[in-house]
Formats: sequence, structure tokens, C-alpha cells
Amino acid sequence: MTRDDIKEVILEIIKDIDEEAEFSDLDDDKPLRDQLDLDSMDFLDIVMELRKRYKLQIPEEDYPQLATLMSCVNYLEPKLKDA
Amino acid sequence: MISDSQRIVITGVGLAAPGGASTLAEFREQVLAGRSGISTLEMRYMGVHPAGLCDFPETKYRKKRENKRGTRAGCLGVYCTGEALTDAGIDFSQYRPERTGVYMGLTEHGTVETENEVYNISQYNYNVDYWTHHHNPRTVLNNPAGEITMTFGITGPHYSVGAACAAGNAALIQGCQMLRLDEVDLALCGGLSECTGSFGIFASFRAQGALAEHTDPTKASRPFDQERNGIVISEGGCVFVLERMDKAMARGAKIYAEIVGYAMNSDARDFVLPYGPRQAECIRLALDRAGLRSADIDLINTHATGTKQGDIEECRAIADVFADCENLRVNNTKSIIGHAMGAAGVLELAANLPAFTDGLAHPTINLDQLDSDCALPGLVVGKPEKLPRAETILNNSFGMVGINSTLIVKRVLAE
Repeated sequence: MTRDDIKEVILEIIKDIDEEAEFSDLDDDKPLRDQLDLDSMDFLDIVMELRKRYKLQIPEEDYPQLATLMSCVNYLEPKLKDA
Repeated sequence: MISDSQRIVITGVGLAAPGGASTLAEFREQVLAGRSGISTLEMRYMGVHPAGLCDFPETKYRKKRENKRGTRAGCLGVYCTGEALTDAGIDFSQYRPERTGVYMGLTEHGTVETENEVYNISQYNYNVDYWTHHHNPRTVLNNPAGEITMTFGITGPHYSVGAACAAGNAALIQGCQMLRLDEVDLALCGGLSECTGSFGIFASFRAQGALAEHTDPTKASRPFDQERNGIVISEGGCVFVLERMDKAMARGAKIYAEIVGYAMNSDARDFVLPYGPRQAECIRLALDRAGLRSADIDLINTHATGTKQGDIEECRAIADVFADCENLRVNNTKSIIGHAMGAAGVLELAANLPAFTDGLAHPTINLDQLDSDCALPGLVVGKPEKLPRAETILNNSFGMVGINSTLIVKRVLAE
């Protein structure tokens, strides 16, 4: 997957959690939870969805690396390069 | 005579009934017309069975994402509570959120969510890494009541009352008691059922020989009929607003009825079979507490679910307590909406409350050949009947493991 593909997947998963989520003003370098109506349970939903879609096991200590859209892409890019 | 500060009245009703009624007016129209709310449901492992399903504006009081995160019972509870509060004209300027209690009757909870999650991990070779983090908050027993408090910002007590199919009445009784103890000033009491989401509940009734079958689903629920063959499982919800008479009068609330008597007791003998003599004791206890004689009751809404033995036991209890009561009329709402389990008692009370204004008893439907063991005098069959007198309604709800409940409501005269 390309970086753009990964970004697309993350936004798609968030949209599935909250169909009212608005991405037009989203800053890729700011924490998602500061910009969107997401709480810790929603965040776990994102982790679970990545596990279901790509059999990706994300250890808890890596969760901070999923804070911003950019850090998500950076973290997931090597893991999803063959996906 | 108890003081008005100890008299408990119903001032709001919100409901979602099998067949699509989502207001009391729609529901009353349906039951007076005797129009079955039963359709069919295709269920995992079970195939197609008659079932009562609801259709209501699910996102009127909270967003779709909250419905996805929560439970069906929570979704039903939030809608019914929102409607009941609106109906009662309560916006929490009259009552404080911290002095409001939420008491929800449930037959069971967590069955649907657990079955769904087991099915989910079966798709991943039973790897529990795929088990959802939503499981515990969805399946704690206070879940539906808690979802209601989150939506409406109610900070008083909330919990579920587990009482099998007597749960709706039990929640109303809980609310009365908490108001009388001055624990709360406003009680939101009701019953909820998401049972149609569980194959296990259908399968268990079928294994017991108590799951209704009929080629026409609208004819499957047939209490008191010779051809009855079991229960039609329904989902549903109904929430009542309860407050003290003095406050309700002072704020000029519309008063549907006063809860004048109630009782609960236990059979203490069998896991599933009901027991008429203990039901009769429960009814008599409720009458005593209300200070009423059997001849003072104008309408009995029966619990009868359409099982062979259950219907007969209740009819024996009623015949025993209500011999020679010529004003009495008897009906059955489950013939129209099926068995809404935790919501049954409250939906059935709601179906009959408007009798205090229209003076009618709604019919029992699908009663083509009356079982002679169920031939109660005053049984209203096929079409609505004008009540000789419409001052009191007695609502029976009984449940598995031998739990009985009776609630008596009385019309409140405008002063």
C-alpha cells in the first residue's frame, strides 16, 4: 500500500465509526483525537479494524505512534507495504 | 388515606411496540383495531420464525454512532425515555437530574451481545484477540439504564431490575418505592427487550416445546385458543414517567393514572412452569395494598403467553379471585404484539391505559376456538368492547423461575 492508500484506509475506518466526521480541515500533524470526536474506545475500534483487515497486531506500547494521521502512516507504511 | 406526597402517578409514556407503533396514540389505534404486529425474522442457525419487530426513529435522541457503540436495548431505552420525558413536559427545570432515578426492567441482558461476539471470533478461528473491547460495557446489567443516563445527563441512580418477564412491572414497583422513600423525585421506569437478536432464546423456547409456529405469522400468537402452540418472541420498549401526585398536580401535569397497588411473590417450585395458586396470592396482595375488592377491578390485562399450561394457570388464578365480578373485562395484548419479555408488562399497561379516556377494552385476537379451561367471563375477543366502568386496570406479569407481579392503576379524576 502507498502512503496515500494508508491514509485513505484510516479515514475510511474513522468514517465508519462516526459518519459525521469532517476531514476537510484535518491537520495531518496534529493528534486525531484533538480534531475529531474520538475517544479511547473509538481508538481501540481503529486498532481492531486494522487487525481484522490486515491481521495486524499492534502492541499497546505502539499506540502513541497512531496519534496523528502522519504518524499513523509512518508507523503503518512498513507493516502494510505488501498489503 | 395516604397523603398526595406518597401517591405515585404516571405522567408520561414513551414506547416502541412490535409492528411499528412508536407513540401511545399509534399503539392504541393498533390494539383497538386488533392489528397484529407480528412478522417473521430470519435468524442465524434458526431459520425463519414469527417475531415482533419494532420500527422507530432510532436517531431522534442520539447519534447513529452511539447506537452502534451501545446495545439494542439501550437504543430502545433512549428513544422511549426521550418520548416519555417529552410527553410529560419534563426538561429538568422542574426536577433535578441528580434526584432522578432510572429503573429498567430486563428479562435478560447480554445474551445478544455475547452470541454476536462468539460468532465474530468464529470468523477468526476463535482467536480472542478479535473479541471486542465493547463487550463489557455492553453487557453489564445496568447497560440500558446507563445508556439512558448518558444521553439525558441524568446523574441520579440507574440500574436494571431483573425479573424475567415480570420485569416491566417490577421496574414500576421499584420506581414507586424509591419515590415513596424520598430517594428520588422523578422516576423513569420501564422495560426493554432486545430478545429477537438472540438465536439462543428462540432455540431454548423451541427445545422446551414453547416456541409458537404458524404458517401465517400474524396468527402465531394465540393465547387462550385451543390451537395455541407457544410464545412469539418480540423486541420492544416502554418507559413511564413517575412522580408524586402533589408535585404533578402543582405543575399541572397530564396524569394518565395513579399506581394504587402492587405485589410480587415467588412460586418457589419450578424453573419454567407457572403456578396459578401463587399468582392468585399475588393478585390478592395487590388488591389488599390498593384497598380494593376484586369487584372494584374493571379490566384485567392478562400475562398469558400462548403456552398450554401457562394460560390455564393464570385463568384459574383469575377465576379464583374474580368470581362473580360482572363489571370485569379481561383481555390479552400478547395476542397482538407477541411476548416482548422485559418490555411485556409495561407495553401491555401502555396498551390499556387509554381505556381511562376512551372507555374501551382492546380485543384479544386470534381467539378462534376458546380453550374451555381458559373460558373466563368478560373475555374481550375479536373487537373492542365498551367497558361498563373504566376506573381501574389490573396488569399481570409473570416470569420464569417462578416470579409473579401484579400492578393496579386507577383513573385520576381531574380536580
